[in-house]
Amino acid sequence: MIASMAPSAVLPAGDLMEPLAGRTVPAVELSKVSVTFGQAGDSVAALAETNLRIHEGEFLALVGPSGCGKSTILRLVGGLIQPTEGVVILGGREVAARALRIGMAFQNPTMLPWLTIEQNIMLPLKIVEPFRSQFRKEKRGAFRDKAHDLLAQVGLKGFAGKFPWQLSGGMLQRANLCRALIHEPRMLMLDEPFGALDQFTREELWAIMQKMWLAHRPTVLLVTHDLREAAFLGTRICVMSARPGRIVDDAPVPFARPRTIAMTFEPDFVALNQRLRSLIVEARGGATASEDPP
Amino acid sequence: MRKIFNRQRARSFGLIVLFFVGWEVACLVSGMSDLILPRPSQVFTTMFQRMPILWPHILQTLMTTMIGFALGVALGVVLGAVIGVSRTAYETAYPLLIGFSSIPKVAVVPIFVLWFGSGTVPAVLTALSICFFPIVVNIATGLATTEPELEDVLKALGASKLDILWNVGLPRTMPFFFASLKVAVTYAFVGTVLSETVASNRGIGNVMMTASSNFNVPMVFAGLFILAGMGVALYVVFSLIESRVTGWANRKNDFAAA
Repeated sequence: MIASMAPSAVLPAGDLMEPLAGRTVPAVELSKVSVTFGQAGDSVAALAETNLRIHEGEFLALVGPSGCGKSTILRLVGGLIQPTEGVVILGGREVAARALRIGMAFQNPTMLPWLTIEQNIMLPLKIVEPFRSQFRKEKRGAFRDKAHDLLAQVGLKGFAGKFPWQLSGGMLQRANLCRALIHEPRMLMLDEPFGALDQFTREELWAIMQKMWLAHRPTVLLVTHDLREAAFLGTRICVMSARPGRIVDDAPVPFARPRTIAMTFEPDFVALNQRLRSLIVEARGGATASEDPP
Repeated sequence: MRKIFNRQRARSFGLIVLFFVGWEVACLVSGMSDLILPRPSQVFTTMFQRMPILWPHILQTLMTTMIGFALGVALGVVLGAVIGVSRTAYETAYPLLIGFSSIPKVAVVPIFVLWFGSGTVPAVLTALSICFFPIVVNIATGLATTEPELEDVLKALGASKLDILWNVGLPRTMPFFFASLKVAVTYAFVGTVLSETVASNRGIGNVMMTASSNFNVPMVFAGLFILAGMGVALYVVFSLIESRVTGWANRKNDFAAA
């Protein structure tokens, strides 16, 4: 019910969004997906019979206790791992078919150390069509301008020619966002991209992220530990249980956009955070009780 | 930074000079016969006086080494890439490689001579067989230890295996590759000279053998000095190329003085 109302509430057509054939088709659909790691006998169930729908243009935040399979969901959607059981459907097709352009950013910025920041950011253009075929021609022209433009937007003007080790963690994470966005992905997968940053840098990047999302309206899946972050950025928040993960709560975030940091201290916002927190404590509590009895 | 670097270089140079001066003085003081240990000044004099005769042999040894080295690099890169791309191949092929590399290469020269006669061919093959191993191991290790996170960046974009190898695997392996080139080029020299001393009528190795059977000891040492000089020169060349291509792996420190 919630899932079906979310897209209509937040979906003015963004300039980068291609028109949809049928709006009823969700951008991402996981049905009865299970993931098991390791060999039989010594296996860990990371995800059990999970169902999840993400609609076009939605900003879904996925929270839960650590080790609950949040990142597993993201890696499934990104096509980095295959489900043990069930199907993952992207834009109406199975993940392997690669129908959608995906941008990904992990907690570790993973810049390639032998490339400059600018070259790192242009990497998706070197790989993904239709940019790939023009890469030779445009890498010193339009593509470079595009990279510089993005860098300026995240406050990294003048750092294009630097190498990754010359930048701080926060700067690398900004560059990481640029790389996830440069090929104008319709799906953005963010795995705790702000997790390793100090609070002020993090809040600044939330604002930048919100601005970019409002401008381009990609479909976003954000995995995070930070409940304020989830409530600040998300149009909808899903809470997962402890391993093997299942989605135990799924609710829209009602606050108006653009949201400000000041809003995160208002009673409504704090109440939402507290509700999420108690859900996660509950999910964790079950796990700890079974692991070490009092 | 720059200053320290120059001081370091001066120290290295000073040590080399000190070594030769010490040698010269020790020989003079002890009255050592030049049939046993000639003085460096005699060696250098011999070297310059006989240069017209030595020159073709120098070229022969250099050419043989470079051909053997080039073939060794080609073979090493291909083999290393094949082995490094897949974990299974890496683990399967490793024991065989270790076995092959632990054969003393002197023992292989007679076989090459048996197959190809004496001369340039066995020398090239010996150089090849002795220098390709460090390259295989380094390329394979570089590829096999590529961080999965770096590969994920491209996988998430839908990149093919070849894209990943080209954009992540190979660049990431470059520092390993160049480190192995510096070692391999000196190994190639060893291989060439080894084969030349056993079965050839040309090359520095042969010059040294002939000179030693004539008790022309200064000439033997001249050959040794020439080999050392060529080895150092090639090492420097590859160090310079390395610091140009893989400066990212060395970061702040200026490249090490060769």
